[in-house]
Amino acid sequence: MKKLFVVAAIGCLTMLTFSWGGCDSNTETPAPVDETKKSENGNPSYDPHRGEGKFTKVEVGASLDAAMAETGNKVFGVKCSSCHKLTEEKLVGPGWKGVTARHSPEWIMNFMTNTDAMIDKDPKVQAQLEICLVRMPNQNLTDADARALYEFQRKNDGVK
Amino acid sequence: MMKKLKATFPAFVSIALLFGMPACKPKNAGNTVSSDAADKVYVAPGQYDKFYNFVSGGFSGQMSVYGLPSGRLLRVIPAFSVDPEKGWGYSEETKPMLNTSHGFVPWDDLHHVQVSKTNGEYDGRWVFGNANNTPRVARIDLKTFRTVEIIELPNSGGNHSSPFITENTEYVVAGTRFSVPPDDKNGDVPINTYKQNFKGTISFISVGKEDGKMDIAFQIQCPGFNFDLSRAGKGVSHGWFFFSCYNTEQANTLLEVNASQKDKDFIMAVNWKKAEEYLKAGKGRKQTVKYAHNIYSDITHSATSEIRTEVTVLDAKELKDICYFFPCPKSPHGCDVSPGGEYIVGSGKLAALIPVFSFEKIQKAIAAKDYIGEFEGIPILKYESVLYGEVQKPGLGPLHTEFDNKGNAYTSMFVSSEVVKWSLKDLTVLDRVPTYYSVGHLTVAGGDTKTPNGKYLVAYNKITKDRFLPTGPELSQSAQLYDISGDKMQLILDYPTIGEPHYAQIVPAELIKGNSVKFFKMEENKNPYFSNGEGTTKVVREGNKVHVNMTAIRSHLTPDNIEGIRMGDEVYFHITNLEQDWDVPHGFAIKGASNAELLIMPGETQTLKWNPDKVGIFPMYCTDFCSALHQEMSGYIRVSPAGSNVPLLFSTGKNYPASDSANKK
Ligand code: HEC
Ligand SMILES: [Cu+2]
Repeated sequence: MKKLFVVAAIGCLTMLTFSWGGCDSNTETPAPVDETKKSENGNPSYDPHRGEGKFTKVEVGASLDAAMAETGNKVFGVKCSSCHKLTEEKLVGPGWKGVTARHSPEWIMNFMTNTDAMIDKDPKVQAQLEICLVRMPNQNLTDADARALYEFQRKNDGVK
Repeated sequence: MMKKLKATFPAFVSIALLFGMPACKPKNAGNTVSSDAADKVYVAPGQYDKFYNFVSGGFSGQMSVYGLPSGRLLRVIPAFSVDPEKGWGYSEETKPMLNTSHGFVPWDDLHHVQVSKTNGEYDGRWVFGNANNTPRVARIDLKTFRTVEIIELPNSGGNHSSPFITENTEYVVAGTRFSVPPDDKNGDVPINTYKQNFKGTISFISVGKEDGKMDIAFQIQCPGFNFDLSRAGKGVSHGWFFFSCYNTEQANTLLEVNASQKDKDFIMAVNWKKAEEYLKAGKGRKQTVKYAHNIYSDITHSATSEIRTEVTVLDAKELKDICYFFPCPKSPHGCDVSPGGEYIVGSGKLAALIPVFSFEKIQKAIAAKDYIGEFEGIPILKYESVLYGEVQKPGLGPLHTEFDNKGNAYTSMFVSSEVVKWSLKDLTVLDRVPTYYSVGHLTVAGGDTKTPNGKYLVAYNKITKDRFLPTGPELSQSAQLYDISGDKMQLILDYPTIGEPHYAQIVPAELIKGNSVKFFKMEENKNPYFSNGEGTTKVVREGNKVHVNMTAIRSHLTPDNIEGIRMGDEVYFHITNLEQDWDVPHGFAIKGASNAELLIMPGETQTLKWNPDKVGIFPMYCTDFCSALHQEMSGYIRVSPAGSNVPLLFSTGKNYPASDSANKK
């Protein structure tokens, strides 16, 4: 079902490129609506648990991968620490304490790598934006860096 | 200006009467615009233009980029002049780009633009510009839309016939506009010894196939007169270059009169493949000179300037078969080569016709030694032998010609203020449209390539009197867009330009838009003062030099409180933008700075030098509105007297206890 939507979206994009025709809802195949997946903001195609992006299943070990967490710590120092503290305290963005409990690993990985799209769609992010008033920048992380950052967040949340 | 205009109108009207065409009185300019013009230039909000238009900024020294057909200004790229808005020539990293053998030169006059070519077609990699005053050529990278290289030209007194390029960008040429004594000769000579002591030099600058790096491959020493414009041969004439020459009278004063005596001047044909052979055979003379070569790196985010001291010069008089002259009436300006390379169109500014020369005939005349004499040892071909034909009564003051994809040529007419369309095949005039007023260059989409696109033509006008709302004595110059896809040329848009637009080129957007760099990767940043995250920021004193390694991210500077700066210090703010996202620059300014702001792109490091001039507190802030909390993006520097013992302290988000007695009660 999700695939169907993607196909429709691509079709629509293709039309845009070739004809500047615009994306009329009546010209695309309507994606079937699954009522159970309907998010709080009423966007039927958005999955607030997983977020939106390329990560559908993130493998997480029972215990911490300490080396990976250390890599994450380094990336944090370069690309994230200017806005996030490791405590609960807000700096520019929310403090990271408890972040792995607030969101699924897929949601976090998607948010870190597909930031703009999720700021536009995710109800939790939108609530944060109302408080922070700064759009979290896309820091163009590699997949490996994003995964390492997640491991570092787990460490910060007490995983041993 | 007034005088020129007054002279222009009657001349134009009488020409119009002469040819029996409807007189286009400038006052009725609106009438010449057809009702569908708006549709043709309207690009709806959110949609892209189909073409990039790179336009010389003339005496602004910069290059501007417009979208066509909308005429929207997309960008001004600083090249030869400082640009305080972008910190160009003000940041420590960019200052070396404006270094020359005369030292730092903050201004120049950029006349012509050339997009790099492969197989005679635009390849969209670089765009070159020339400096007409202190002779130089600049290369702009179309991935970043930044000037990445500038090379100076020795033995030259102004670089006008430049930066025209060969069909595979093998060479960019530069021809001196003003002849001067060669740099290794004593130049302290009477000016009226022009004929003995002054030489005209043309330079062939090689361009690296992969990296675009420029190098003066060789220079050719020619007789002393003025080289005006040039074009490379292409297709059948690949391997040759053509330069228009004026002042063959070799006058050194009142050129207006004294350089307009002869009824024909020359176009010089240069066999550059032959010149390459002579160079290989060691026929060049090494000459000691001095010129700057400046390169900007997107990895160190800084420029280096090197002064070079040698060029190889080939002598056109001794090496007989490199250069040939053929006569061209009268004070030729443009010498433009047709798409297939068969024809060279000379535009004599003061001539009442347009001569078209045949490359094939030029070759035959050379083979048959069909000369009418020599000029300082260089053979002069016979006009009639190399002429393909003349366009009769095209208008007054022909300057430049470009071509479409249907065998037509378009020539700008400065004096009669019009564009004239004529057929290359039978040299008859097909159409003419007025320009407002005094058109200089014109450009056709792809008009100097092997396969012109032919949809649009833009005329660049020197005078715009009465076209726009008045703005005091100085009026902007203008561009006028014509639809040339039909039989009749149609004026569809008028828009003001920056500086004085000379030549411009129109390039399909597809060639360029996908390659745009969106941000610089922090992982690749090799600036010595790069801050790899806020954790590495610091303030270091080295004698009276203080280096501040600072970061900027939405929306704070780190550090944003700095104490322990003293009078007499030289403070260097090295600012790294920590963002890794498109279109999020931060700016930096500090009160009283005598230079400019910095604009720092995501992932980039740039440096502003600051000499505090009094004791006290100086605010600094981000100048580019970056977020809802942009107004908060600021900080303070405390400046103490020379010799003060206030310790060096820096922080963000902390308040240290007062470090010195000033605050203690
Ligand atoms: C310029 C400041 C800034 C930077 C740098 C930044 N963030 Fe954020 N971040 C925010 C803001 C603000 C939010 C809240 C959502 C919003 O307003 O967009 C946020 C939210 C988050 C959240 C969700 C937190 C929660 O509790 O819901 C995660 C996870 C996150 N950021 C990860 C990162 C990572 C990983 C990096 C570094 C690669 C990073 N951020 C860099 C500003 C920033
Ligand atoms: Cu800012």
